[in-house]
Amino acid sequence: MNGVNGVTRVAGTAPHQAPSPPAVTPEAGRLAARLGYWLRRPGLVLSVLVVGAVLTAAILPELFTSRDPLTGVPAEKLRGPSAEHPFGTDQLGRDLFARTVHGAALSLRATSLAVAVGLVAGSAMGLLAGALGGRVDDVLMRCADVLLAIPALLLSLAIVTALGFGTTRVAIAVGVTSVAGFARVMRAEVLRVRGTVYVEAAHAAGARRHSVLLRHVLPNAAGPVLVFAAVEFGAVVLAVSALSFLGYGAEPPTPEWGSLVSEGRDYLAGAWWLTTFPGLTIAATVLAANRIARAWEGEER
Amino acid sequence: MSREATSRAGGTSRGTGGVQPPLLAVRGLRVSYGAAEVVRGVDLTVAPGETVALVGESGSGKSTTAHAVVGLLPRGGRRTAGEVVLAGEDLAAGGERALRARRGSDIGLIPQDPYLALNPVQRVGRQVAESLLIHGLADRAGARERAVELLAQVGFDQPETRARQYPHELSGGMRQRVLIATALAAGPRLLIADEPTSALDVTVQRQVLDHLERLTRDRGTALLLITHDLGVAADRAQRTVVMSRGEVVEAGPTNEVLGGPRHPYTRRLLAAVPSLAGPRLAAPRAARTPDGGPLVVADRLVKDFPLPRSAGGRRLRAVDGVSLTVARGETFALVGESGSGKSTTARIVMRLTAPSSGTVTFDGLDATALTGEPLRRLRRRMQIVYQSPYASLDPRFTVAESIGEPLRAFRVAGRRERARRAAELLERVALPASALRRRPAELSGGQRQRVAIARALALEPDLVVCDEPVSALDVSVQAQILDLLAELQRELGLSYLFISHDLAVVRQIAHRVGVMRDGRLVETGTTERIFDEPHHAYTEELLAAIPGRRTAGQPR
Repeated sequence: MNGVNGVTRVAGTAPHQAPSPPAVTPEAGRLAARLGYWLRRPGLVLSVLVVGAVLTAAILPELFTSRDPLTGVPAEKLRGPSAEHPFGTDQLGRDLFARTVHGAALSLRATSLAVAVGLVAGSAMGLLAGALGGRVDDVLMRCADVLLAIPALLLSLAIVTALGFGTTRVAIAVGVTSVAGFARVMRAEVLRVRGTVYVEAAHAAGARRHSVLLRHVLPNAAGPVLVFAAVEFGAVVLAVSALSFLGYGAEPPTPEWGSLVSEGRDYLAGAWWLTTFPGLTIAATVLAANRIARAWEGEER
Repeated sequence: MSREATSRAGGTSRGTGGVQPPLLAVRGLRVSYGAAEVVRGVDLTVAPGETVALVGESGSGKSTTAHAVVGLLPRGGRRTAGEVVLAGEDLAAGGERALRARRGSDIGLIPQDPYLALNPVQRVGRQVAESLLIHGLADRAGARERAVELLAQVGFDQPETRARQYPHELSGGMRQRVLIATALAAGPRLLIADEPTSALDVTVQRQVLDHLERLTRDRGTALLLITHDLGVAADRAQRTVVMSRGEVVEAGPTNEVLGGPRHPYTRRLLAAVPSLAGPRLAAPRAARTPDGGPLVVADRLVKDFPLPRSAGGRRLRAVDGVSLTVARGETFALVGESGSGKSTTARIVMRLTAPSSGTVTFDGLDATALTGEPLRRLRRRMQIVYQSPYASLDPRFTVAESIGEPLRAFRVAGRRERARRAAELLERVALPASALRRRPAELSGGQRQRVAIARALALEPDLVVCDEPVSALDVSVQAQILDLLAELQRELGLSYLFISHDLAVVRQIAHRVGVMRDGRLVETGTTERIFDEPHHAYTEELLAAIPGRRTAGQPR
C-alpha cells in the first residue's frame, strides 16, 4: 500500500455524486413516474384543461355552442343564466356564452401577437446587449430601464392612442410594454451561458463568434426566456382585456372578452351575469396560464 | 462474498482490542430513491474510539449510508429496511424528534464542502456555539467561551479573533476546521465525516486530518470516515469497509483489506490508484525531429488581475515570471495547489487569457499578440481538455455534433465527412459508435471526458492542454483516461501541457514537471529528478503530504 493518492477537488460539485436512480424497467417506470407527477398536481391538471378549452374555443368555437354570437332574440333580452343560456343573455338578447366562446379567438390572437412582439424584440435586444457588451449593452439596457419606468398600462395606452384603434394595434401596444422584461431575462441568460466552460471550449476549438452565439448561447439561453413568455401570457391576456374594456379593441358588435365586460357594466345593477362571466373567464385563463408557467419553470430548473 | 464480508466486519475490531459492544451498529440497511434502491443491505459497526473508513467510488452509496444513519436523507430518499443502533438504542424508533435530539449531541456530522456548509452571514464563533445552545448544554456566555476553546483545540492560534470572523475571511482548510469544531462542540460519541477533505489541497488535507485524528483519539470519539481516497483510508482508519453499487463488498482491518484484498472489486480499485511506486505510463519520448526546436516557449509570463475597488485598487499577481518550454512529443506537467497559478499559466499558453507581460511562442511563431483570424487559425494546432467533463460539453449537442464542431469551424469536412470522422475519433477514444447520437446527460463522467478528448483530437493538433483532466473522475476511470492519453501520445506524437494538483497522476504521465506556488515556478526538472531528489522545500512538503504513505492501518 504505497503512495495512494487522488484528491478530487470537485467531488462535491460533480453531478454524478448525487445518487442517480437508474430506472428498473425504463418504459413502465417512466410512465408511472409521469402519471404520478400529474396525480400529485390536480391544480395543474385543471389549468391544462382550462387553457386547452380556451384554445379549442379560439380555433373551433362551434364545438362549444351552435348559437350565433351576433344575432339576438329581442324577446329573450337580459335573461339570467339558465340551462338554455348558461351565461344568460345581453341587452339585445344575444347568448353571452356564445359571445364569450367566440370572443376567445380575438382575445387570444391579440395575446399571442403581443407575446410574440415582446419575445422577438425583447430577445433580440437582450441577445445583442449580452453578446456585445460594453456601450451597446449600456445603451440598450438603459432603454429597457426607461420602458420599465413608465407604468405598463399607461405606456400601452399612449402607444395605442398614437397607433389608432383595433385588436392588432392593441396587441402591438401591449407587446411593446413587455419588451423590456424579455430583454432583461435574455441578457441575464446570455451572460450566464457565455460564462460556461462549454462556450469557452467552443471558442478554444476555433469556432467563430457568431457561430458560438447562434449554436451554443442562444439555444441554451432560450429555456428561461420561453418560460418567461408563458408567465407573460397571463399578464398580457389581462392587459389586452383592459385596453379592450377601455374601448380600444374590436369594433362592436364583434365580441372580445374585455369589451364584453365593458358592455355589461351599464347593466351591472340588474344583470350581474353580463360582467361576471366574461370576467371569470379572463381570471380563469390568467390563473391557469400562470399555473402552467410555474410548473414549466420548475421543470427548467 | 457478502457473508464473508459480514463475518469480517461483524467481528470486534482488532484496533481497539476490547470486547465492548459497538457504539454504532447498522444492520441490513436499505435506502431507495423512488424505484431505485441505492443502498442494498449494508451492515456496519463502529466501536467506541475506533476509526472506520467507508470507501467506494461515486454512486456506491457510501454517502447515502452515512446520511441514512443520521436520518438526513435528501428529498425522495427513503429508508426501506434495516436498523441503525447507537449505543444499544434504535435511532429510527423514536422518529424525527428523537433523532433531532441525537444529532449534534451524540452524533456529529462534518459535511463535505467547507465552502457551502457555513452560514456566510454569521460569525464562525456563533456557528460553533449553536449546537451547544440548541441542546441546552450552555448558556449564551458559556457557549461563546466554549466556542473559543473549541477553535483553539482545532488548531487556530488566535481563537478569539477567529471567532469574530466571517466564513469568507477564512481559507478552505480553516473553514473545515471550524466545521470540525462545530461537530465536536457538544462532545458527541460518534463523528461522521463525509469526504471531509475532498475539497482541499493535499497539504491542507494533511493538517485537517491530523487535527481530526488527534481530537478523536484524545476524546475517545468514534469516527466514521467516508472517503473515495484509499490513501486517506489507509493512513487514518483501523478498519475499512469497501462499498460498490450499494453493497458492502469487503470489510475488515485496513491493513488486511487494502494489503490483501479478497474481492475483485477491491483489487481493481487498488490497481487503479495511481501510485508513487508503481509503473509509469509516460511513453519514452518520441525520436526528436531534426528541425528540433521546442513546440511551445513561454517567456517570463506575468498575469495581474485587478482586485475590486474595496481592496484599495490593488492587483493580484496570479502568475509571476513563469518561463517554460514544451518539447515536441513531450508531456510537461505543471503541479501546484489551488491558487498557485497553474491553470492561469495554461490559459495564457492557450491564448484564452492575455498575459500582462511576457511572450508565448508557438512553433517559432510569436502568439502573444495574435487576435482575430490569425489567432483562430492557431487554435487548429492547440486544443484543450477541461477539468470537468460535466461542464465542458454543450448539454444540447449530441456527441457527434460536439466532436464535429472543430471540423465545422475550420470547414475541414462536409456534413457526411464530419460524421465519418466523428465515428473514427470515437473509436480512437474507445467509445462505441452508438454513442454518436447521445447527449452528454446520457453518458458517464469518464465517457464524457473521452468525448472531450476526441473533440480535442479532431483537428490533429500538435499541443493538447489538459487542465486537470482526471480530477473530476473516479480512480478506476481516471486510470483508463490516463492510459488513453499516454497511448494517444505514443501514436500521434502529441505534446501535452498537463495541469494537475495530483502528484501521483503527474508522476505517471509526465516527462518533465514544473512545481508552482503563489504564481512562481519554484522548481523544474525531469519527473524522476523531481520525485527522487526534490530540491525545493515546497516540493518536499507536497510529496510528504500525499496520503497513503503511512504504514497502512496500524492501530495507533
